[in-house]
Amino acid sequence: MKILVPIKRVPDPTQKAKLKDGHIDLAGASWIVNTFDEYAVETALRLLENGEGPARIAGSEIVVVSLAPEDAGKEIRNCLAMGADRAIHVVATDAELDSLAVVKVLAAIIAAEKPDLVVMGKQAVDGDANQVGQMLAGKLGWPQATFAASIETDAAAKSLLVGREVDGGVEYKRVPVPAVVTVDLRIVSAHAVKNGVTPATHAYGGDGARLPSLKGIMASKKKPYEQKKLADYGVGAPVIKETVVTLPPARAAGQLVADVSTLVKKLADEAKVL
Amino acid sequence: MGNILAFCEFHDAALRISALSNIAFARTAAAAHGGEVIALLVGAGAQAASAGAAKYAGKVIVVEDGALAHYLAETYAPIVARLAKENGATVVSATATALGKDLIPRVAALLDAGMASDIKEMKGTKEFVRPILAGNAYSTVEITTPIVCVTVRQSEFEAAAELGAAGAVTTAAAGAVDALGATFEKLDATKSDRPDLGDAKVVVAGGRGMKNGENFKVLEQLADLLGAAMGASRAATDAGMVPADWQVGQTGKIVAPNLYFAVAISGAIQHLAGMKGSKTIVAINKNKDEPIFQVADYGLVMEWEKAVPELISEIKKLKATR
Repeated sequence: MKILVPIKRVPDPTQKAKLKDGHIDLAGASWIVNTFDEYAVETALRLLENGEGPARIAGSEIVVVSLAPEDAGKEIRNCLAMGADRAIHVVATDAELDSLAVVKVLAAIIAAEKPDLVVMGKQAVDGDANQVGQMLAGKLGWPQATFAASIETDAAAKSLLVGREVDGGVEYKRVPVPAVVTVDLRIVSAHAVKNGVTPATHAYGGDGARLPSLKGIMASKKKPYEQKKLADYGVGAPVIKETVVTLPPARAAGQLVADVSTLVKKLADEAKVL
Repeated sequence: MGNILAFCEFHDAALRISALSNIAFARTAAAAHGGEVIALLVGAGAQAASAGAAKYAGKVIVVEDGALAHYLAETYAPIVARLAKENGATVVSATATALGKDLIPRVAALLDAGMASDIKEMKGTKEFVRPILAGNAYSTVEITTPIVCVTVRQSEFEAAAELGAAGAVTTAAAGAVDALGATFEKLDATKSDRPDLGDAKVVVAGGRGMKNGENFKVLEQLADLLGAAMGASRAATDAGMVPADWQVGQTGKIVAPNLYFAVAISGAIQHLAGMKGSKTIVAINKNKDEPIFQVADYGLVMEWEKAVPELISEIKKLKATR
């Protein structure tokens, strides 16, 4: 199976948002791979390996794709160091892109690469839009399984049973390949991904995606890394433009209460919510 | 000049409360676009819910078909896109529920429409304000495509009131339904008699400090006493203490109840993103340095093991005096 994983680099979400000229000031920001996309790389690896042995399933391939500025090589190579096999880096700045443009480029790459599956994060934690996976599936005419908390492949790896986190519970949806799957947080829990090769008893440990090993980091430097230009894909001007960014007003300072009876009294008499 | 096609979810022959926020947005958008609100109901039970929907929208379109027994983005998106074109819609909207978030971007792709997700405000005709960076900033975006798609943050749009006169209900054909091989297998429902998290006036949420799922029982007692919904931090849902659909935060539910109890929750920014719009926030935590106290209106530095049972008994006492 060949899996394509689109990834986005995002400013480290623990940094405080600052503005400059009415937009987010990213000068001096530190960058990470969007956590959900890192989980998508982890998911692709779990789909294509035997968790008990180091061996990847023969003939399997993971291609990471990113539309990102020239200097995003470090974050993209991090995915190769985790175990992805090669990278396609389409050089582009945020100002040149919107979700429809990203989808157009990804669709063109998918037409050329012909993966069996696209696995990606459900949203990027900077823009929080949660659009690209669904749009891509719509544009390709492929089925989609969004907000995946579990994935189980059938014996022939021709379809996936995806547990989706929806309002009111978990929905199980079966999609044939090729398909687009977007992953939610729980996809990295111990038994969330079942590929029929890794023993069902195998429990993935740790918290989140695997960290690259030293060997993985060394190997990533030699893995194929293709750089493309946005102009190669005939993308026009963005149709979604950010006009201004503002910061929300701070909440007024609260008060500490000494005990439960004071709390209940204040909730009843002062806040009038009981 | 253009109409607003408002995709509305329904349940038991009535619109869901969450859909009323979408209607409220659609009315604002219809005024700005010089068109009318068209509520679109798709799927099993749509006909039965149409009279309820007509209380809120001047026009209701119903699409019901045996092939649409269960929601699938693959079958619903082409119907929504086609009806948007047939009805002169310049805006297609839904509430940003799990279903709305799954469906509307796919519709946008079919319409080549620019999309604004999870909006909190509309400005002008195609300009929208939406939270970014876990709600730490608001981005205003302008979309230039002829049709625009939006999902609406429920907590930012007050539920629409009923109209004076009922709207007109029409039906539309589903057309050729192709699920592209996708099938709905089952729903493992979280069984609950409590209000939906997104609709609740009071939310009681627990975090990592609750230690295990069994300990949430005391929070559930508090919730039931107040008619509240249950919520949780990501740490608690990831640890499997409680169902994942209880998660409040940037990547879970965004809520803004009148009263929010954060119990044994540290207050990571991802969690704050989901609840800091609440009118009154109460934080109960044994560690006075936790960031949750910075957003709380009332903070109680105490172990939940002691505080929550006392809270239940004090509220019972208060209720007895009324």
